[in-house]
Amino acid sequence: MTELTKLTLSAARDGLHNRDFTAREITEQHVNAIEDAKELNTYIEVTTNQALQMADAADEMIKSGNAKSMTGIPIGIKDLYCTKGFHSCAASHILDGFKPEYESTVTSNLWNDGAVMLGKTNMDEFAMGSSNENSYYGPVKNPWRAGNSDKDTVPGGSSGGSAAAVAADISIATTGTDTGGSIRQPASFAGLVGLKPTYGRCSRFGMIAFASSLDQAGPLTKSVRDAAIMLESMAGYDEKDSTCINIPVPNYEAALTGDISGLKVGIPNEYRVDGMPGEIEKLWQQGIAWLKDAGAQIIDISLPHTKYALPTYYIVAPAECSSNLARYDGVKYGLRVTGDSLDDMYKNTRAAGFGDEVKRRILIGTYVLSAGYYDAYYLKAQRVRTLIANDFKAAYEKCDVILTPTAPSAAFELGDKISDPLAMYLNDVFTVPASLAGLPGVSVPAGLSAEGLPLGLQVLGQAFGEEQMLNVADVLEKAAAFNVKPTKWWGE
Amino acid sequence: MSVDKDTVAKIANLARIAVSDDELESTAGELNNILDWVEQLSEVSTEGVEAMTSVVAASLPRREDKVTDGGYRDQVLKNAPVSEHGFFAVPKVIE
Repeated sequence: MTELTKLTLSAARDGLHNRDFTAREITEQHVNAIEDAKELNTYIEVTTNQALQMADAADEMIKSGNAKSMTGIPIGIKDLYCTKGFHSCAASHILDGFKPEYESTVTSNLWNDGAVMLGKTNMDEFAMGSSNENSYYGPVKNPWRAGNSDKDTVPGGSSGGSAAAVAADISIATTGTDTGGSIRQPASFAGLVGLKPTYGRCSRFGMIAFASSLDQAGPLTKSVRDAAIMLESMAGYDEKDSTCINIPVPNYEAALTGDISGLKVGIPNEYRVDGMPGEIEKLWQQGIAWLKDAGAQIIDISLPHTKYALPTYYIVAPAECSSNLARYDGVKYGLRVTGDSLDDMYKNTRAAGFGDEVKRRILIGTYVLSAGYYDAYYLKAQRVRTLIANDFKAAYEKCDVILTPTAPSAAFELGDKISDPLAMYLNDVFTVPASLAGLPGVSVPAGLSAEGLPLGLQVLGQAFGEEQMLNVADVLEKAAAFNVKPTKWWGE
Repeated sequence: MSVDKDTVAKIANLARIAVSDDELESTAGELNNILDWVEQLSEVSTEGVEAMTSVVAASLPRREDKVTDGGYRDQVLKNAPVSEHGFFAVPKVIE
């Protein structure tokens, strides 16, 4: 039998609809491939029985003529999403044993369309990190390795397990979440497409909260078409999330016309940062040339507050995290470590339950929100955030989409940056600005570094401009014709 | 602005995270690295700039003020480390 794990989502959909193979067959092949790839540590929990049941139900849907695009597609779900009765711990010790009694809206939408859950993917604890080394369940290994090296590289973060699972062909696609780049940066590190929609496009209900004004759900996939198909299933209004916007979900796949003639593509001068490798600048120039060849008009734009985006983010996100994570107190769910008093129980539970990076951000957040510092830090950052959003508004008067690199480097080696938080934060220099402005972005694999590791380019769109953004990404993907896969070194 | 060991102890208490005396010094160092770096925002003039409250132009939806869901006591308690008589249970707080 053909290797069904190698299929893109759109090819798998077509094969399922044509009855070339069944949902059960494609699911079983993935279950076996997951077993073979255990050392990558991509899945925290594999839900084989559930997957097979869902696959059989999907086959029934197909037989009865009710198949949707996602029907029978085996996917991995980031551990940040609440899935009823299954492991949902945001890769944190403090949520030990937590099995939600309810389902997140985004996963509900996927299951209603007949998608199949393979398991829960590893991630940085509470989505805080850019290398997936901050997981209570251990780091994820990127299927990609440099040249002839046998050293492990990181898959990026925080959706590192989700990225590695798709890159290793042990999931057709996965869900991720993106707060400051947590879908796009891992997609770039693993040679995938990663899409963060506009803030408010997907419901956050049932997604374990990190920074509520920034968190968004999105897909990691093998192609732009796959991302379009999966986003359509994930997105939509939900009255359980008051920040979810009530506008119709378009047919994103139909937006992939391949025609971008006359479209204005903005190139922000400020994204040429110090110390960026020459090969990334070169790839960016190549991307510009590809879009120009396809008939787009290239326009120089300025986003003057770009350099302040990261420091703004590292005030706003920790502030929101310190507030959101106050709920983990050893009372309602998860870990409890006893103490002499109620206060001691809280303190001991939180000291034992949170990892170093999470504690660091809670402390920073608590400090910037504390009396006497609120104005100087938090309010200041929210004002700069307005300026950053205004930069984009002004730019979009001149252009339709923006093209940038996704990350300032290719995947780095495991352990390289973990002891230097600031160096780690700089990974998100190109993804954070759009997050602060609530705008959509998609990373497309565009080439290889000199060491043979994937590099991505990022297309940013206007608010709820996913269709146009995906159309440009599709043109970019076709021009780049990136079809390299990591050489399999894991398993048998 | 930089934080010292006492400030870290105060913040850690506010955040209800136990930090041992040995960790206070290194934590202060780590926090100062980050705080020194975010300090660059002071270069930006924000005179008359409104603080961001929502990234998308939307007004919060309203609904009739009535109970539409609930009655899940047992499910709510199901994940509690300790529960008694239909309540969350915590160490004694009244002497």
